[in-house]
Amino acid sequence: MIPTHHFLIVSAALFSIGLAGFIGRRNLFIIFMSVELMLNGVNLSFLAFARHLGDLGGHVFTFLVIALAAAEAAIGLAIVILIFKNAGAAAQSDALSVDQYQALKH
Amino acid sequence: MHPAFFYLLSFVAIAAALAMVTQRHPLPAAFALVLSFLGLAGVYALLVAPLMAILQILVYAGAIMALVVFVIMLLNVRDEDLPREPGMPWQLGAGFAVGGVFFAMMVDVLSKYNSSPVTVSELSRAYGTSATGEPLFGGIATVGQVLFLKYTFPFEVISVLLTVAVVGVVVLAKRRI
Amino acid sequence: MTSSYLVSLVPLFPLLGAILLGLIALFSVGSGEGPNRRLVGLIACLGPILSLVVATRLFLGLYDHPQGYVHTAFTWFSVGSLHVPAEFWADRLSGVMIMVVTFVGSLIHIYSVGYMGHERGFTRFFAYLNLFTFSMLVLVLGKNVPLMFLGWEGVGACSYLLIGYYFTESEKALAANKAFIVNRVGDFGFLLGLFTLFWYLGSKGVWTVDFATIRAHADLITPAMAGVIGMLLFVGAMGKSAQIPLHTWLADAMAGPTPVSALIHAATMVTAGVYMVARMAAVYGVAPAAGHFIAIVGMCTAILAATIAITQHNIKKVLAYSTVSQLGYMFAAVGAGAYAAGVFHLFTHAFFKALLFLGAGAVIHAMHHEEEMDRYGGLIRKLPFTGGVMLIACVAIAGLPPLAGFFSKDAILFAQWESGWYWLYAVGLFTSFLTAFYMFRMWFLTFTGRPRDAQLFSHAHEGPAVMNGPLLVLAAGTVTVGFLGLPEALGGSAFAHWLAPAVGEHAHLPADLSGGALAAAKVALHRSEWLFASFAVVAGGLGILFAWLKHGTHVLPVFGQASGLFGVFQNKWYFDHVYDALFVKPSIHLLGWGTRHVVDPFIIDGVVRGVPRLYGAFADTIRLLQTGAVRVYAYVLLVGMLALLSFVLTKWSF
Repeated sequence: MIPTHHFLIVSAALFSIGLAGFIGRRNLFIIFMSVELMLNGVNLSFLAFARHLGDLGGHVFTFLVIALAAAEAAIGLAIVILIFKNAGAAAQSDALSVDQYQALKH
Repeated sequence: MHPAFFYLLSFVAIAAALAMVTQRHPLPAAFALVLSFLGLAGVYALLVAPLMAILQILVYAGAIMALVVFVIMLLNVRDEDLPREPGMPWQLGAGFAVGGVFFAMMVDVLSKYNSSPVTVSELSRAYGTSATGEPLFGGIATVGQVLFLKYTFPFEVISVLLTVAVVGVVVLAKRRI
Repeated sequence: MTSSYLVSLVPLFPLLGAILLGLIALFSVGSGEGPNRRLVGLIACLGPILSLVVATRLFLGLYDHPQGYVHTAFTWFSVGSLHVPAEFWADRLSGVMIMVVTFVGSLIHIYSVGYMGHERGFTRFFAYLNLFTFSMLVLVLGKNVPLMFLGWEGVGACSYLLIGYYFTESEKALAANKAFIVNRVGDFGFLLGLFTLFWYLGSKGVWTVDFATIRAHADLITPAMAGVIGMLLFVGAMGKSAQIPLHTWLADAMAGPTPVSALIHAATMVTAGVYMVARMAAVYGVAPAAGHFIAIVGMCTAILAATIAITQHNIKKVLAYSTVSQLGYMFAAVGAGAYAAGVFHLFTHAFFKALLFLGAGAVIHAMHHEEEMDRYGGLIRKLPFTGGVMLIACVAIAGLPPLAGFFSKDAILFAQWESGWYWLYAVGLFTSFLTAFYMFRMWFLTFTGRPRDAQLFSHAHEGPAVMNGPLLVLAAGTVTVGFLGLPEALGGSAFAHWLAPAVGEHAHLPADLSGGALAAAKVALHRSEWLFASFAVVAGGLGILFAWLKHGTHVLPVFGQASGLFGVFQNKWYFDHVYDALFVKPSIHLLGWGTRHVVDPFIIDGVVRGVPRLYGAFADTIRLLQTGAVRVYAYVLLVGMLALLSFVLTKWSF
């Protein structure tokens, strides 16, 4: 029987790696995937607690997070495509940089 | 199930995650992430969450990551499109430092968390077992009941969110493409 | 052996007909001539007739199966402890109802093929009519409350659609609105009653919406609670069955085509309230006070509507108020616990009132859609057949033996007396006199005397065979069905005995008697039955005599504004005026004023202008914090998260 806190430590590790990628990288896709990784880390801890407490609420929230991630992927990638095309039209290099988002402010 | 499976799968998930954040090009990173998700699906299965394991593979590793890979390939990313990240090792190093602090705090807390979990036989008693003796906990029927009886409102809200996402994507796509 | 799946077939046929006709109507829009009328008429009549065949089969089977047939078509919905299957139940009560609905419904469909032959929207009309038949069958066959409510609302919607059938005329569209809105008031009470019943029984551990289960556990309800539930349910019945004070819509509902008035607003839908009370007999059995209230309201409605009916000039309005009055009788009966008498009157009334309406329809058809009786007169020479069958119906409703109305009305009046409600008996007897008077007034004004409009008179002619056939069948029914419900003195009511498994038997004699005492009580009962029957006959005969003296002997009756008490009657006791002043006008003025002066300038414009202004001001402040650099946000987020986490970790200990 694997102790619950081993699962939680794996969860924290995944979350931390995602966090590092999120603040350490400038590539839009990597940042996006880091966010997904963080969500998965949280999912793991939801499921670990669900198992620990014998409560299915954690499963439901994992389900909701997956649905949320699907919506996020759809919208996020659409925006990435638009930004990429926008930068390409302006003949800029560095089209996939997160700094392109600064353009959204104006 | 042998405990070694857990450590093997966790190792795959964490190693693949590390590989993902350190890739320069997003395409290999995406494949690394798929691998990490598959490993996680195995961990979910060990946590008596069969439905979530399947959903993880179908929706996450399957649908969402397929979309990401598809978009990366659609954009036909050239080398000069990638952001110049001369200081990447340093920046990522800083990221890992911050992440490490967070991780240390979590481990500190979690190592104190040692109440005993609900046993499999208790789960079986509370949620019943299938014909083959497997606990029904985490299966479609039990999760569905909780989802539609107790968490009906969040479920409805998430359906609205998905609708909004669909509408939003159509609006975004129509303007330029 | 009758298979139980037949029960689900009964409502299925009209539903299929409605869907088919709806599709035909939809796809033939704008095709000029429209679909083939013979084909449409055939499809329209097929649904109810097939239902009639199946219903008859079931009905005959009920002789050996007093507990009835149940068939679960599918599970409608199931939430928590509330399980609602689409379950149809043909017991002896609903068996009678489906016979009435399918039999009268079939005849009226056939009649309508002739009556509506030249109307626009022929297909649409029959689609609605089939849909109505379906809804009514669901209402009576539904084994649980939600299913009954589905039918209840379904018939309401069809009634709305059919009253507003000539929707291009605003007056008729308004009549449809009025019917719908007044019914909403009733439905609100009905729903409250159902919820109260559900929660109350649930709090006693019985979570059920099933009629049979409710009946089995009715003893769990305290009398006070049963009274509340009964009153609330009765509010629903008031709306649907046009009882005071929600009776005002029924007269306006005559704006619909005459066959609709016959089927929906006389024979079937308006009796749904009586049916519902009979279905809930167990609940009312716990609360005699609610029953007394129902009987009082019923009798008040009966006499009030009768007084209005004696002053109306429009032939359909006379019949409409007559319907309201007869419904009042039915409620008086079920209120007294004489469910068999009430349902029996419902049954006989369906025959003679449908006959009266269809006969009136034939007259209207012959007179080029003239409904005012001051243009009629002497029509017996042009319409001998219609005049004859309507005379039969008039005699029946006036309560002269041996026609249907005599037995059923006599049973109701006798039930009032037996319950010790002598005043209600007296009012009922007087209403019986008025009934005879206004019906024969209508008959004399229409069929005797000198024609008051020579031109219309000269063009009048009997309708086609498809219209006369149903009249003949209904007339035969009017003459014969009364013998099903004989009083005790003539051998007892077969009808009451038939219904006993569903609603219980209304005991005429004390149960604890035996031997000589029983025989003596029987003799006394029979003697009083003869006595009261003769009172009723005298009242009816007097009514006819008065009508003859007042309207039969005059060559040219005088029409005009009545004065004094009759003015009150003619203006329908000013109910419409009061409602108009109390509810309609204030709502319209308040809403109009509110919309113009509050909602529009402040709320709508305020929101439209205020929200952007608010966002603008807010954004001007917030944008200072927004650099637009995503990574800055990420760091801020992270710092915040770590701060929060360290705070939590130092404060909490595991």
